[in-house]
Amino acid sequence: MQTTSDEVLIGRIAGGDRLAMQVLFARHHVRIYRFVLRMVRNEATAEDLINEVFLDVWRQAEKFEGRSAASTWMLSIARFKALSVLRRRGEEELDDETAGAIEDHADDPEVTLAKKDKGAVLQQCLTKLSTEHREIIDLVYYHEKSVEEVAGIVGIPEATVKTRMFYARKKLSELLKAQGVDRGWP
Amino acid sequence: MNTANNNERSEIEGLLPWHAAGTLGHRDTQRVEAALANDPELARRYELVREELAQTIHLNETLGAPSSRAMAALFAKIDAEPARNKATSIALGARIRAFFASLSPRTVAWSASAAALAILLQAGLIAGIMLKEKNVGGYEIASAPTNVGGDGAYALIRFEPQASAADIAAFLATNKLSISDGPSAGGLYRVRIAAAKLPKTDLDRIAKMLRENKVVGFVGITE
Repeated sequence: MQTTSDEVLIGRIAGGDRLAMQVLFARHHVRIYRFVLRMVRNEATAEDLINEVFLDVWRQAEKFEGRSAASTWMLSIARFKALSVLRRRGEEELDDETAGAIEDHADDPEVTLAKKDKGAVLQQCLTKLSTEHREIIDLVYYHEKSVEEVAGIVGIPEATVKTRMFYARKKLSELLKAQGVDRGWP
Repeated sequence: MNTANNNERSEIEGLLPWHAAGTLGHRDTQRVEAALANDPELARRYELVREELAQTIHLNETLGAPSSRAMAALFAKIDAEPARNKATSIALGARIRAFFASLSPRTVAWSASAAALAILLQAGLIAGIMLKEKNVGGYEIASAPTNVGGDGAYALIRFEPQASAADIAAFLATNKLSISDGPSAGGLYRVRIAAAKLPKTDLDRIAKMLRENKVVGFVGITE
């Protein structure tokens, strides 16, 4: 059976269709929740934010023009709201070093155990990246966004998307090296 | 390796994350694959990218999901919003066609899987409501996959956009109906109206009665 596309659902939502809203929510709320959770690092805040995102979708569905995928549009809204929360918290200045300091538990036994598993170390380092670097890595790897889509969501030129991704990966390699994993790159 | 080749290699290397994620266009995909086949060091670096991709997915998948309260809270807010006109954009169809033309096969495949899951969840929700009603009121429940094309009398129903899930559940329960399939691209649900086949006069009478309900936008009889 053919399923209804996101764009058709948004068209129906624009007409006030609550059932279409439920389907769209069921399709996307988990990924959007994870996207904002990685940014704001607080489950209750992330849950509040997805409500705000989907309420905006309900209110603004009429304005959606289909120039980008619906998921890209919703991620843009989610990002804007998450950044507003970070700004209110005064965390927009959070840089790599500060983020690393917050989550660096290098000597605790749990981390020592995790070091035995390269995958676990890599995941730990992914959490230590700055908000900007985490965001681009998640958008590319987890949310499967193209260069053009990332540029649209983050609001930067496509060339900058590639450069930022390179520096995010470079930083990841540096963090891995500090944990004893030398990837021989860059 | 000369400067031009270095620049080309750097450019290709910059595309590796998108190649691994399957979000590159056809031309760039071919360029990357050709480079990977001829450059062992680039292929080694590509493996690092694939490792990052796998662990990023794993990390995100372990983040859990929002509680069921999130959906309830959202729809409480939506219910408090002012009602709006049913008018929908006529130009949407043209925009959708253009949109689908630009999708990569992987995106289409992912969307189809996600959509199937969402519809399954929705069907599960409706089935859950009806199962509860069966326990207290003796209504018969349709098993969606097995009823499609099976015995019984069916109608195609499109619900009014303003109808809430609770309204629809109440409508189904009151009229002893069960959703067996849907929604189709036109928003139509295939609904079983009787356990056995009915004469056309009975079908027409039931359809006419169902059309009078405010949650229904369209009712058509189907085989």
